[in-house]
Amino acid sequence: MRVILDDEKCQGHNRCYALAPELFDVDDYGQAVVIGDGAVAPEQVDAARLAVANCPEFAITIDGDT
Amino acid sequence: MADRGDAPSPVVVDRGAAADDEKAAAYGPVTDWAKDLDHADPAYNRYAHQIWSDLVADGCPVAHSGRYGGMWAPLTHELVSEVAYDTQRFTSRAVVVSRTPSSEIEPAPIGGAPPITSDPPFHHHARRLLLPPFAPKAIEPWEHDVRALCHELLDEALASPAAGVVVDAATQYAQHIPVSVIGQMLGLPPEDDEQFREFVHDAVEAVNVDNDERTAGFGRLDAYLDAQITEHQADPRDDLISYLLNVELFDQPLSPAHVRGTIALLLIAGIDTTWSAIGSSLWHLATHPEDRRRLIAEPELIPVAIEEFLRAYAPVTMARLVATSHDFHGCPMEENDWVLLPFPAANRDPAVFERADEVVIDRAENRHAAFGLGIHRCLGSNLARLEMNVAVSVFLARIPDFELADPSGDDVEWSVGQIRGPRRLRLRVKP
Repeated sequence: MRVILDDEKCQGHNRCYALAPELFDVDDYGQAVVIGDGAVAPEQVDAARLAVANCPEFAITIDGDT
Repeated sequence: MADRGDAPSPVVVDRGAAADDEKAAAYGPVTDWAKDLDHADPAYNRYAHQIWSDLVADGCPVAHSGRYGGMWAPLTHELVSEVAYDTQRFTSRAVVVSRTPSSEIEPAPIGGAPPITSDPPFHHHARRLLLPPFAPKAIEPWEHDVRALCHELLDEALASPAAGVVVDAATQYAQHIPVSVIGQMLGLPPEDDEQFREFVHDAVEAVNVDNDERTAGFGRLDAYLDAQITEHQADPRDDLISYLLNVELFDQPLSPAHVRGTIALLLIAGIDTTWSAIGSSLWHLATHPEDRRRLIAEPELIPVAIEEFLRAYAPVTMARLVATSHDFHGCPMEENDWVLLPFPAANRDPAVFERADEVVIDRAENRHAAFGLGIHRCLGSNLARLEMNVAVSVFLARIPDFELADPSGDDVEWSVGQIRGPRRLRLRVKP
């Protein structure tokens, strides 16, 4: 299971960085960046789903969520 | 419990405290919100939530008005999103509806206050210059100053003998927070704060005035900014005005018009928006004691509650001009018609949000559009969130129990125009 960020859709609302800081960082322009390969550890699953559900631009998806 | 604001039915012409408001629309009061909508009618912001839900429920997802030379207002999340993402058919060259003829408005793609008035591809480059100073990690260090300011404001408000146990949370608290921070970031003298509030009024509240009056208002703002720019040219320092005077775009310094327009944007855009958001949050907490008690017991919930206040009481409606005549879902939109972009209405769309009309203070999934959608996402959103979180936290810590000074709500004065929030919010501080 991993988080996937669509750079074209991200507008820097910064919700993912606030809600799932182990999975997302922000760059100097405030744009979201996936940390590492985006792999979601079991204890980060809830945070990952919150990041998806709070992105106003629908820029985040989870691959392998069942 | 459905949250209907403080209003009876807006369709019934009980205009309450708004009736004799001196800012009553020069176009005259609205009697049909579907066909004659006017966001500058003093009744609009007071009853906005019910107006939107009644219109959509009555089968009117896009309201219209012949005012301002023709104006449309899509009211669902889907339609607001469609306009926000379509930068071809809708231009941002003007984002505040006014009676100024479109021929007198700065042309695309730069507009008068870049990047908010800019269209692609210029927009991307103008915006990129401004993103770093407003990025999350650049804004975080302001928390200490904002917290100190909030405490100072409450020290003053609570010490004033004239105020007694009544504090006007709009004029004595909320409005000073964004004014002070953006003034410091830009490098403007703190003693000019009162003038900033006048500039904001001229720019975003005084929209239903004739063009000469509106032009005169912008003239005062421009004259002030020109003097500040000259002063910064002579004495550069570490602030945003000096940054804009030094930065390059396409290997050239910014044009004087670009510098001035951007400073105007940064000064105007953050002030009554954040002031409104803080004020609406405190209005909610004054009228919903169960939510107030919960946030005091669980302060870690405040950031979640702030997102819900942003959703339910989103202050900012943007606007576009129709770039090319076209049919929009059956609406014959003509070139240069105005289109209101009521993100606050999108935030109350039951197709997107469960219990959309309720304020659910621990709403975990909250994909709200309070800061806009698409390329014009509010540049200052990180700063606004910081100010809201600190302002509400400090207020609750210092004044845990409060209610509206006039429980009927008639005493609360709501703003006029595209930015919605309380302009007078008298609260009784309980011992």
